[in-house]
Amino acid sequence: MLPGKAAGCTGLATGVWPRPLRPRLLQSATPGRARPGGRTLASAATPAVSGPEDSVDISDKILSEPLKHSDFFSVKELFSVRSLFDARVHLGHKAGCRHRFMEPYIFGSRLGQDIIDLEQTAAHLQLALNFTAHVAYRKGIILFVSRNRQFSHLIETTARNCGEYAHTRYFKGGLLTNAPLLLGPMVCLPDLIIFLHTLNNVFEPHVAVRDAAKMHIPTVGIVDTNCNPCLITYPIPGNDDSPPSIHLFCRLFQTTINRAKQKRRQMEALYRLQGPEGPGAGVQGSAASPSLGA
Amino acid sequence: MAASRVSCGAAASYRLFLGGRVSLARRQGVGKAAAAELQTGAVFQILRLRHTTGVTTKKNVAALRRETYTMDFIKKQIEEFNIGKRHLANMMGEDPETFTQEDIDRAIAYLFPSGLFEKQARPIMKHPEQIFPKQRAIQWGEDGRPFHFLFYTGKQSYYSLMHEAYGKLLEAEKHQNQLQAKGLFSEKTKDLIGSRWLIKEELEEMLVEKLSDQDYAQFIRLLERLLTLHGGVEEEFVQRFRRSVTIQSKKQLIEPVQYDEQGMAFSTSEGKRKSAKAEAVVYEHGSGKIKVNGIDYLLYFPVTQDREQLMFPFCFLDRLGEHDVTCTVSGGGRSSQAGAIRLAVARALCSFVTKEEVEWMRQGRSSASVGRVKKTRKNYGLFTYL
Repeated sequence: MLPGKAAGCTGLATGVWPRPLRPRLLQSATPGRARPGGRTLASAATPAVSGPEDSVDISDKILSEPLKHSDFFSVKELFSVRSLFDARVHLGHKAGCRHRFMEPYIFGSRLGQDIIDLEQTAAHLQLALNFTAHVAYRKGIILFVSRNRQFSHLIETTARNCGEYAHTRYFKGGLLTNAPLLLGPMVCLPDLIIFLHTLNNVFEPHVAVRDAAKMHIPTVGIVDTNCNPCLITYPIPGNDDSPPSIHLFCRLFQTTINRAKQKRRQMEALYRLQGPEGPGAGVQGSAASPSLGA
Repeated sequence: MAASRVSCGAAASYRLFLGGRVSLARRQGVGKAAAAELQTGAVFQILRLRHTTGVTTKKNVAALRRETYTMDFIKKQIEEFNIGKRHLANMMGEDPETFTQEDIDRAIAYLFPSGLFEKQARPIMKHPEQIFPKQRAIQWGEDGRPFHFLFYTGKQSYYSLMHEAYGKLLEAEKHQNQLQAKGLFSEKTKDLIGSRWLIKEELEEMLVEKLSDQDYAQFIRLLERLLTLHGGVEEEFVQRFRRSVTIQSKKQLIEPVQYDEQGMAFSTSEGKRKSAKAEAVVYEHGSGKIKVNGIDYLLYFPVTQDREQLMFPFCFLDRLGEHDVTCTVSGGGRSSQAGAIRLAVARALCSFVTKEEVEWMRQGRSSASVGRVKKTRKNYGLFTYL
């Protein structure tokens, strides 16, 4: 479900949208962007000029390396079923509010209140966090969306802390579908949209869910028992009304994104150090990096 | 026949002429029209054809869009302004280092005198930041990532301001809760006299963004809620959004009562109406005699209407016939002189009258009208003239 992964260019949200698909991710491959690595002491040892072919090689390696591991960013260790339970993620709404399509994710019903199956939640959460990490690793634009006023400030703070973007305000009609008019002629759309709350203030599905599907933007969303998980790429069945639950999810997303960005910086520094010496050192480096990230 | 021969000749001579133009003209229809016009054979009609071809002119689309000035352009303008300022200072024989904006304005007014009424149409030389409207630079970097974390909301400055204000509110609430827990809570009321909230246009200008009325109202409500809480840190934050308001004192200046040689209490004051100026001396005890420029008022103002004007302040305070008035008046016409004296007398009367009555006089509520149903006509009082 991830188009363009092998190509590694033009972002992950390709589509028929005639965007000025400045291959934002490819630009990192061009030789013009020489960024000083973290370890400048050893820079004297690196070859002075690595030609454009080497840069393309390096960028290919950087982008393809995480795809060879199932959990490159080790997101599994960030949470456990126990921690989800303690944060009250398993609590759903009353049985009357239940959405038909959420039935597979519901463990059962206790005293009229639906209980979400945390085993499934854990699996979905792992997939979603892994995907988010990959997007952040490839320098994608991540947009946090929610329309719940109670947590609006928290979500905006979370987005700011991980260097990504948030939209917890009134969602204007054509923001995604008519972006050049509303935001500017050469604007870049988000590469991933994370919904902390899938419903808006009148308990209807948020417009951005449908618009992101229209614009081929992958979505990650926390779906409660009264939400429709259909159009969301990586749904996470869970409670979106309790403060501990939302605090946990915000913390998880923030940690994942920061970790992924840090890993990217490490990989770039590593490959720049090694230069075109070969994959031998690279493999060792990558074997070391998961433990570094942990 | 002759006409057709002429037209053939015309065709022959103008074939090259037309051929060129037909290739220029972008539509075949033009060629056909040219051929049709040839029948008449008149040069002028062919020439007219040149101007009436059906070629559509493309509108200058760039000009229709809002003018956007690049940063380089603005920087160049600023440099030119600074250099021009120095030249101007040299021209005026002043020191270029200490040449202020006021000096510039004076110099321009001197060098380019303009009789235009519209001040904005006169020549000006101001800093480019005041001339070119503030604009939004491109909001994202080379990599396509926007700079501001609230870019995708559309109104990033406004929402980031709301975010900041709400953050301060949360901190203030936390602080207040801590104080309450410790028991050090004390009621504190802040009075913000002499300042007002900035208006929507001012906020729009500050943020360089369009706002709606609801947005503005929401923001003001948030700031007011912030004010009700404790914490001195928010004072500066809130003060940024308050503008001072000069309080106009509505108090009527009361003349002091003076005493002349015989011990009579009197008070003097002035009044103006159109181009008439009057100075009145009102004696506290009298019999209602009025002398204008040494002449009795009946002789000075033959018209009843003018005398009614003189009578009005006393009538208002129910003090007809209790005061003597001596006044001097100059300028204006008959009616405006009467009005000037009326104003002077009213002001002078303030010193003999209670504060409440002064307030009534200012508002135009005579003792007779107090208790009556409010009149539809607006009362302007005794101290203003329109």
